[in-house]
Amino acid sequence: MIPTLTDLLPLLPELVLLGMTCVILIAGLFLERRTSVVHYLAIFTLVLVAGITLLDFNIVGRTNALGGMFIRDGIADILKLFVYLSSAIVFVYARFYLKTHKLFVAEYYTLSLFAILGMCLLISGGNLLSIYLGLELLALSSYALVALDRDSAVSGESAMKYFVLGALASGLLLYGMSMLYGITGSLDLHEISVRLASGDQPKVLMAFTVTFLVIGLAFKFGAVPFHMWVPDVYHGAPTAVTLFLSAAPKLAAVGMTFRLLGEGLEPLTRDWSQMLGFLALMSLVVGNFAAIAQTNLKRMLAYSTISHVGFIFLGILSGSDDGMAAAMFYAITYTLMSTGAFGMIIALSNAGFECDRIEDFRGLNKRNPWLAFMMLLIVGSLAGFPPLVGFFAKLYVLQAAVNAGWLWLAVIAVVMAVIGAYYYLRVIKAMYFDQPEHEHAIQAPIDVRVVLTANGLLQLVLTFFVGSLTALCVAAWQ
Amino acid sequence: MFADWPLLSLLIWLPVVGGVAVLAAGDRNANAAKWMALIFALVTLAVCVPLWMYFDQATSAMQYVERIPWIPTFGIEYHLGIDGFSLPLLVMTSIITVLVLIAGWEVIDYKPSQYVAAFLILGGLMNGVFMAQDAILFYVFFEGMLIPMFIIIGVWGGPRRVYATIKFFLYTFLGSVFMLLGLIYLYLKGQSFQLADMQAMSLSMTEQTWLFFAFMVAFAVKIPMWPVHTWLPDAHVEAPTGGSMVLAAVMLKVGGYGFLRFSLPIAPDASAEYAWVVIALSLVAVVYIGFVALAQEDMKKLIAYSSISHMGFVTLGLFIAFALVLEKDAPDMAALAVQGAMVQMISHGFVSAAMFGAVGVLYDRMHSRMISDYGGVANKMPWFAAFVVLFAMANCGLPGTSGFVGEFMVILAAVKTSLAIAALAGLTLIIGAGYTLWLVKRVIFGDIANSHVAELTDINRREWVVMSTLAVFVLGIGLWPAPLIDVMQPSVEALLQHISQSKLSGIGS
Repeated sequence: MIPTLTDLLPLLPELVLLGMTCVILIAGLFLERRTSVVHYLAIFTLVLVAGITLLDFNIVGRTNALGGMFIRDGIADILKLFVYLSSAIVFVYARFYLKTHKLFVAEYYTLSLFAILGMCLLISGGNLLSIYLGLELLALSSYALVALDRDSAVSGESAMKYFVLGALASGLLLYGMSMLYGITGSLDLHEISVRLASGDQPKVLMAFTVTFLVIGLAFKFGAVPFHMWVPDVYHGAPTAVTLFLSAAPKLAAVGMTFRLLGEGLEPLTRDWSQMLGFLALMSLVVGNFAAIAQTNLKRMLAYSTISHVGFIFLGILSGSDDGMAAAMFYAITYTLMSTGAFGMIIALSNAGFECDRIEDFRGLNKRNPWLAFMMLLIVGSLAGFPPLVGFFAKLYVLQAAVNAGWLWLAVIAVVMAVIGAYYYLRVIKAMYFDQPEHEHAIQAPIDVRVVLTANGLLQLVLTFFVGSLTALCVAAWQ
Repeated sequence: MFADWPLLSLLIWLPVVGGVAVLAAGDRNANAAKWMALIFALVTLAVCVPLWMYFDQATSAMQYVERIPWIPTFGIEYHLGIDGFSLPLLVMTSIITVLVLIAGWEVIDYKPSQYVAAFLILGGLMNGVFMAQDAILFYVFFEGMLIPMFIIIGVWGGPRRVYATIKFFLYTFLGSVFMLLGLIYLYLKGQSFQLADMQAMSLSMTEQTWLFFAFMVAFAVKIPMWPVHTWLPDAHVEAPTGGSMVLAAVMLKVGGYGFLRFSLPIAPDASAEYAWVVIALSLVAVVYIGFVALAQEDMKKLIAYSSISHMGFVTLGLFIAFALVLEKDAPDMAALAVQGAMVQMISHGFVSAAMFGAVGVLYDRMHSRMISDYGGVANKMPWFAAFVVLFAMANCGLPGTSGFVGEFMVILAAVKTSLAIAALAGLTLIIGAGYTLWLVKRVIFGDIANSHVAELTDINRREWVVMSTLAVFVLGIGLWPAPLIDVMQPSVEALLQHISQSKLSGIGS
């Protein structure tokens, strides 16, 4: 069966992305000395693709393409738009870092764009095969990105760790998928959910299937106890790569969870939500406590990511539309905070100075009050202080969890939020209460500063648009 | 003409916008920044004038209501309104904000624009707390004000400021997250975050009990009650003078106000059931913390403990009302107790601000808060000594000062409730007089203790303005408390009416 052009129309953004990525790949070869062109081309691609997505944006519609392999619906469109947006922000920050660290090569952009393509497939996957395909495209590009600084031992080591553990997780996921196929006789998620609804599958086999699938997902999220790679990779990778990995892939992971668990295994919601509850609990506790002990900001943010994953699971585990919308809202806002935090590390770094320890932020208020204020907003939002948008994200998932009867978990979550506040406050303390130790001039170019300002203010401004943004998430889930 | 203006929004956003503007102006011209901040604070205070003038003192309904949907998905609204409880607190907050700016005028050299901006923003947020009629809006202001205070203590505070400010933040944050869960629970039950809906909702005893304790954790930390008070002395000691003034004068009141707005009306049956817990803790605060204050050698710590002891009267007054209404059938006395608690809040706001302001005056000159470093200050600073003696008298509740009115009303109501409670509460008059007067004796009177004291100069015009303004209110409320009591009368009656009706009816549990 050869798809006609109209069949391919829903895939248009992805096709354009693929085409442009190939163009950039080739252009990169010829523009050896002028990587800036590649940089702008990459940003242009993201804007273009976002524009095409918006042209055909339909929040309630659902189109199946390629025989159900590819789903285009409101959920996919919203997630993808934020993938493009956050990646564009990432590119702006990354250029400054790559330049000062002599890593300004076209490969960064090509690999990132391939990773983004993988994310899009993942988010839109309607079939076990397309999901696995997207996942591997994302994962392989990420492994290569982490090893971008090939002369750095730390970078190489973390890439190796990431690769080995990632391959293991992919294997587990694939094993779960194969069993699912064996039980239901279908690769199509919709078909799987219809067949599972009858409930006459062998219990033991189903238990293994769900377990393997959830482990695979938990690894991609970095949920405890499958989080070991997160701190090492965040710490070891060049900051520009950490920045990329910390943002959009979370959205893709959320999308994948929606497809696999929310659609495919929908009849088994009770089973997997127990597992997610356990993972959420562990992630919240381990993530927050371990973050306290960190002196390296990148590591601290890695552990804080783990705890944020706990919050995202808090929304997903209810299995209800409302809970899924909450998780989606959380992931979107988290992405915007995380880019800001890593962006700030980049903006303050320069050649030979990483600025990735908490003490490097000492006295920032004295050196540059404006950037310090932006970081205050970003960190406050991460910690969930009202009136910043991070608070509303937490409120929404807590509400979903309480509504689904997970009150005890919600209680633990809020206590963990208080513990989390402690290490975020340490950053604020360093910026505002301590004296600067060294005078590394802040060399961030104007575009980084402008985007950082927008990114910081967004934490405050979004508060006024929480209503419309949540309405969008809810509408996508109806 | 003013009646149609969004006065309440102005009270929040004028200072906040002003603060941001001052922040943006930066330190290039510190003086201009300070003047700009002062003007914003004064205009905010001016807004309170029409607010009080057009306030209808005959009704307990919310007035000046502003209501706009904010997050329709969760039914969260930008819903403001004030009644007789809010109005005095709002006015007090606006006055204190102005005074704090004046008090820190020459003292703060490090980043003065950020200092004044922090206080302006804090002032706006505190105003918001007292007028929010939507639970989440309340929570946003309630938590939001922690951040400026965190920075004020941490940046301009004393040597152990980092420890103190993180402790302050985490204590209050931990308390309030449980309140948040309580609010979420109420929302899921009633599909509304509006306070009025929450207050009207029927709840079983189990639900009320959980909610009561969730709210209590939040407000008990804030007010603060023994045994969760330990953050307060640390925060006060390390905070700059202005920070201490705002903390004592306004932030503690948020706790008392929270009891009035949330605990009592939303969980009246549980409040009645567990009133004894609060009463017992209040008496511990009044008596035990009073003794603790007696032992302090640091002036700020002493006043901090005296604050806790005085706030014990507020919680005492609020919760003996239940016994008076339900058991003794004495609604007049119950009204007296609640009014007493409110008057005590306002009075303590001015008195504690004055006391901390006075310590600040000494600290600016001597850079010491230790009582032992002083002695015979009156010889060198007669004007200052006169003010301090007045405020000290108010602090120990001398008739004619504002401190007397609230304490007297609460004790009077306590006598009707139980003689034992009244006797213990009455002890404060002795202990309070003990630690306050002893402080005055050691610091102000006697011979000049050392050469540093001998070099002291009396208060300047700026300090005189702060002290005399506070003195006017301390004496004014003491001599003629009627306007204050009248304005809250209908609200007090409505509250008592509300809490005397069980919420259990209709669900049969």
